[in-house]
Amino acid sequence: MIDKMRRLTIWWLVFLGGLLPLAGIVHGGLYGDLGPNPVEAVLHGTGDWALRLLLLTLAMRPLQRLTGRPGWLRWRRMLGLYSFFYATLHGLTWAWLDQQWDLSGMLVDVVKRPYITVGFTALALLLPLAATSTRAAMRRLGRRWQRLHRLVYPIAVLAVLHFVWLVKADWEEPAIYGGVLGVMLVLRIPTVMLVLRRVLGLERPILARRAGDSP
Amino acid sequence: MLIKKPDPIKSSEITDRAVWQDRRRLIKAAAAAGVGLVAERAGALASRPGQGQAISGVVDTDYGRGLALTDFQDATSYNNFYEFGTAKSDPARHAHSLQTRPWTVRVDGECDKPGEIGIEDILKDFTQEERIYRFRCVEAWAMTVPWVGFPLGDLLKRFQPNSRANFVAFETLFDPQQMPGQQRGVLDWPYREGLRMDEAMHPLTLLATGLYGEVLPNQNGAPLRLVVPLKYGFKSIKSIVGIRFVRDIPETTWWKLAPREYGFYANVNPQVDHPRWSQKRHRVLGAGLFAAKQPTQLFNGYAEQVAGLYRGMDLSRFY
Ligand code: HEM
Repeated sequence: MIDKMRRLTIWWLVFLGGLLPLAGIVHGGLYGDLGPNPVEAVLHGTGDWALRLLLLTLAMRPLQRLTGRPGWLRWRRMLGLYSFFYATLHGLTWAWLDQQWDLSGMLVDVVKRPYITVGFTALALLLPLAATSTRAAMRRLGRRWQRLHRLVYPIAVLAVLHFVWLVKADWEEPAIYGGVLGVMLVLRIPTVMLVLRRVLGLERPILARRAGDSP
Repeated sequence: MLIKKPDPIKSSEITDRAVWQDRRRLIKAAAAAGVGLVAERAGALASRPGQGQAISGVVDTDYGRGLALTDFQDATSYNNFYEFGTAKSDPARHAHSLQTRPWTVRVDGECDKPGEIGIEDILKDFTQEERIYRFRCVEAWAMTVPWVGFPLGDLLKRFQPNSRANFVAFETLFDPQQMPGQQRGVLDWPYREGLRMDEAMHPLTLLATGLYGEVLPNQNGAPLRLVVPLKYGFKSIKSIVGIRFVRDIPETTWWKLAPREYGFYANVNPQVDHPRWSQKRHRVLGAGLFAAKQPTQLFNGYAEQVAGLYRGMDLSRFY
């Protein structure tokens, strides 16, 4: 009972936490706090959070392996959907506030500007993942669900590339995101995880005790 | 919150506020009476925000009369000045560390009278004019600023460039202590820019000492910056300490960093896209969330005045 209450509380905290960036942007819009170039501010805010939440989603598997607690995996759905949510807002901000629904101009940009091409592809690939995020879809797709959802890796690479290609001279920020993505990917290598667990003292020396060695 | 500092400018240089404001009121009234179309914010002389020292004896001109001005707050809080950080809000937050007095500019190279000139003399010797110019950044945003300054050519002539002076090269201060952004190798410091001699001598080309009737805020390139309104903003180099007359085309910072993206000429041109984004339209600072972008004009709307400079040139090749 208490466990269930606790779980529900955490669920609500994470859920509301995911809405905070949006609340910040809306508040800024209402109070004119978004600076001299509010369209850019919204575009950057939504893009940043789409990428951050995507990387956070990718952090759940390593956390589960590191701690041995399967509970982490539960958050992947909500975090992934939030990433999709902000990516969609980001795309809509671009189409509406930035491009004013100038369809031919948008098409030219998607085809001609590599950073837009890449961002657009990432968003398009997120779509089937979001659409199949329900339990029903998981059951229906069975093994194919897993294969489909491995798309999250190329999506994350594309999102970082999108950021790298839109920067003018200061690559520090995209480099940090790229570094975090690199860590998330490397932590999926079983040997790396094993070594890390040893180093952190998380690997219980069961084998050693069984062999009867002195502690 | 106001911290009293010794005045960096001699008080004799500062027009009495009452005189100043009175003159403004008169001019504004005249403008309102004469030209019904003049926007509320665009009186004859821009009204002073009272943030910095007033510049004395500023002469009104017709340049840009009637254009709606960008808010002082916007023009001074959204800047590309990597010497203080790469975010648009960084310069306004960090540029207080820049010491703009004393300040000398060294002028040398292909000229008969190389030498130095201090900012006080610059303000004293050259008639300061107010000119409202459109300012278009290569990143496709724009503002409209009432600059205070004088034609660059007036200063250059004093140093008597010789016949080998084909170009003018400019350099920003290099001092990582005062300009903390220079502690990172984002750009190849110091920032350098250049103009062809005829561009430099063109009457539109301005050396700015102020905006909105006051000395330049540090984040806008104090105490002396270039303003070439027909070119993308990165040509308008800030906090200048060196000017050199040279024979060959000088290497300039952005051009050298990414020659396919930023040219030496960098003339505003809606037909020549940046490889990564379109230059057809631009966003006007302060226009709000729902304003559409505005169409960008060839030479930023100054084609009539400057087209002669580029006659016969392939603008898509010499971008
Ligand atoms: C239709 C799809 C997309 C379009 C058209 C698009 C377009 C843009 C544009 C125009 C910018 C601003 C560029 C600038 O200021 O120079 C931007 C920035 C950004 N976008 Fe996207 N994007 C798309 C999808 C995505 C996706 C799927 C992600 C991440 C999952 C993403 C993450 C980002 C990030 C992190 C930034 C940089 C924000 C910053 O500078 O702080 N974008 N995008």
